[in-house]
Amino acid sequence: MIENVDLSLVDWSRAQFALTAMYHWIFVPLTLGLSFIIAIMETIYVRTGNDAWKRLTRFWMTLFGINFAIGVATGIILEFEFGTNWSNYSWFVGDIFGAPLAIEGILAFFLESTFVAVMFFGWNKVSRRFHLASTWLVAIGANLSAMWILVANAWMQNPVGMTFNPDAARNEMIDFWALLFNPVAVEKFLHTVTSGFLLGSVFVLGVSSWFLLKNREEWLVKRSILIAGIFGLISVLTVIYTGDMSARTLSEVQPMKFAAFEALYAGKDNAGLTVFGILRDSDKKIGEKETKEFAVKIEVPDLLSILTGGDKNFYVPGINDLVNGGTEEHQQLSVSQKMERGQYAREVLIDYKRAKMVKDTEQIEIIRDIFRDRDFIENNFRYFGYAFLKTPEDAIPNVSVAFYSFHLMVILGFFFLIVCSLALFLLFKGTITKNRWFLWITVISIPLVYISSESGWVLAEMGRQPWIIQDLMPVSAAVTKISAGSVLTTFILFAVLFTSLLFAEVSIMVRQIKTGPKH
Amino acid sequence: MITLISYPFLQSYWWIIISLLGGLLVFLMFVQGGQSKIFSLPGNDIQKTMIVNALGRKWEFTFTTLVTFGGAFFASFPLFYATSFGGAYWVWIAILFSFVIQAVAYEYRSKPANILGKRTYDIFLFINGALGPFLIGVAVATFFTGSRFSLDYMNQVKWANQWHGLEALLDARNLALGLAVLFLAKSNGILFIINSVNDEILISQAVKKLTINFVSFLVFFLFFLITILLSYGISADWETGTVVAQKYKYLHNFLQMPLVLILFLSGIISVLHGVEITLFKRSRKGIWFTGAGTILAVFSLLLVAGFNGTAFYPSISDISSSLTIRNASSSYYTLKTMMYVSFIIPFIAVYIWYAWKAISSKKITVEEMKDEGHIY
Repeated sequence: MIENVDLSLVDWSRAQFALTAMYHWIFVPLTLGLSFIIAIMETIYVRTGNDAWKRLTRFWMTLFGINFAIGVATGIILEFEFGTNWSNYSWFVGDIFGAPLAIEGILAFFLESTFVAVMFFGWNKVSRRFHLASTWLVAIGANLSAMWILVANAWMQNPVGMTFNPDAARNEMIDFWALLFNPVAVEKFLHTVTSGFLLGSVFVLGVSSWFLLKNREEWLVKRSILIAGIFGLISVLTVIYTGDMSARTLSEVQPMKFAAFEALYAGKDNAGLTVFGILRDSDKKIGEKETKEFAVKIEVPDLLSILTGGDKNFYVPGINDLVNGGTEEHQQLSVSQKMERGQYAREVLIDYKRAKMVKDTEQIEIIRDIFRDRDFIENNFRYFGYAFLKTPEDAIPNVSVAFYSFHLMVILGFFFLIVCSLALFLLFKGTITKNRWFLWITVISIPLVYISSESGWVLAEMGRQPWIIQDLMPVSAAVTKISAGSVLTTFILFAVLFTSLLFAEVSIMVRQIKTGPKH
Repeated sequence: MITLISYPFLQSYWWIIISLLGGLLVFLMFVQGGQSKIFSLPGNDIQKTMIVNALGRKWEFTFTTLVTFGGAFFASFPLFYATSFGGAYWVWIAILFSFVIQAVAYEYRSKPANILGKRTYDIFLFINGALGPFLIGVAVATFFTGSRFSLDYMNQVKWANQWHGLEALLDARNLALGLAVLFLAKSNGILFIINSVNDEILISQAVKKLTINFVSFLVFFLFFLITILLSYGISADWETGTVVAQKYKYLHNFLQMPLVLILFLSGIISVLHGVEITLFKRSRKGIWFTGAGTILAVFSLLLVAGFNGTAFYPSISDISSSLTIRNASSSYYTLKTMMYVSFIIPFIAVYIWYAWKAISSKKITVEEMKDEGHIY
């Protein structure tokens, strides 16, 4: 399946997808969060009839519109890149993965795009209530859209509800509800959209603080701070709670990612949680792969075991254990064993295809029975993807990237908890305008919240390498066989385009903010 | 009742949905067609603003339909998705590129501090308007003329050359459909502008442009249609799975599926009627007839490409690799699940119609362009 695949092709294909996804994620979370904040503001306007709230709504709506267009633009590329750059993947799991993408288009995207036109152009054309309903529908549509994409992504992290069809050489969906209520999907959805709400809130807080620093629009921006502060506080608490839930689930379904983001090489009971750490190269190796060790580390004893298993004596496996197969007390399959099992599954599939080619009906029936056998499915086919790994250490992701992205995300998450709480405290105390240091911190929080949000996706996607579908398919087997030069060319084209558009977007946003709410 | 629905029924059902989405997409490309006229149609800046704003209030519909078209293809015929998108890489990337620059161009063009300048965004709109419909037309033409790919025993695509789809531009039939779709989009764009703006001078300029664009469409479309009807198609035996090249395949399909032929002819007549009432009766409602006609004609053409035992994505390199609605589809379970989801489409159509009507009930005027808060 991956014979003669050029590794630079895999790298450039990954780079192109990462580029598109990271640019896309600059714009989407603001859409998710700001859409609800706008809807809340407009609701107050409709209920009170106070035109100041309309001014406020329209100001944030203008910023929303600038951001919305480019989010839509980068989103379409992501959808089609599954086909253009990951065609083997598209066939291997398209029967499952395509469904949520199609449902997103049908159920969510039409809702969003239909009513966004009413939201922008309907002020003088439709009734207040119809306009308000449109604004809420845009917010709901945007978040529904995110839900289906996250269901699809969660399935890649934890494939459920499917069976393998050897005739078609692909996986097929057998339980849609398992896909939808995949525990990873539920947690991912809650964690990701609330992180978008948080980003939207911090954005509003930061921009509002800038107005206060400039002594402009005090009445309006204090109301923005009130709404964004409450919305942000609820969101950040949910983000922290769902993050904890996600990590626990991750320790079961993606233990290697879990160990990597804690840089935990040796598994142990009473495992401590690293709050802060700096990694350096270690002398030890796993196979040919370099490992890391802590140069500096602040750790809370036992906390990782407690958070993961609810007990300080809970055993958390490390990277070494996952690669080499654990200890006598805590046995588990090594990567080599999984590679053997996966290789067997692959050979059975190749034998089946050969039997089909020569029309050996007896052999066909025998192998079909093997593919129906529960034992084969759970002990061999489950590790199908391992057949494509060259060495056991190929199963280890980039530990530094996973560690730093995770810790950056978490530290900033708690920082925003403080920011949202303080914003509300100082607002209610009536001293927010006097505390200019806090206003500046809130302004600086805008880039920080983007870094935090992107870090989450870096962890999710880099931390699960080498898999495009956990344990079933590595990225090297999923890539479209085109020349690396072609992908490099399109990578450069997209990089130049997205970067130019990002600069344009930021420039327009800054100008609109400086202009302020219009009368 | 649902459990009695067969696998072939679901495969056909989803090809109908795909064909319908294809028809809607080509109709909605009036936005692109209109964009391709922003330098040649308006006589002054305010007219250009009116055109851009008339089109700009609809661009999301085209965009969403394209995304849904892609998503529906992925979900229902994933082997096509993997084969065509992975194989004809450059064609699809060019299409995507042209749509990315469109999405931002509307929102950014008239905003201060947009860095690239208004004219650059207008050029973006023009590029998308010209390139988008043309390339989509070329890509759809390969449903009839074929592509150079083969599939291995694991159904993985191998493209026969390094051009990865660009070679389709060397086939006159593909070019003809690409140009036909482009000129149809231009004609529909002109008709939409006539319907949407209140400016007599602009409307009379638009009517003048309609003739040449529509005649160009007819020439290229007839060339494509005649050559396709007289050429080979790939015929598939649903029972045995064998495929053979068959002369006059698409002509036979029309004759063997009279309902599809009637739909196709009705579409053509409706398009002609829409243009006729605009040119000769000065009606401003021509877009609705050409729009409905476009949907019907494209819908029936795509049915001809995939029904009646026809490979909808023929392979020139290896005929046995040709894709049909039988060998390229998703599983029974997925198609059935997706069918339930599709039942919501009429509801979506109703709210789109309602929102469209609410926004477009009043024609765009010069005064509105000066007063309205959100102007492109």
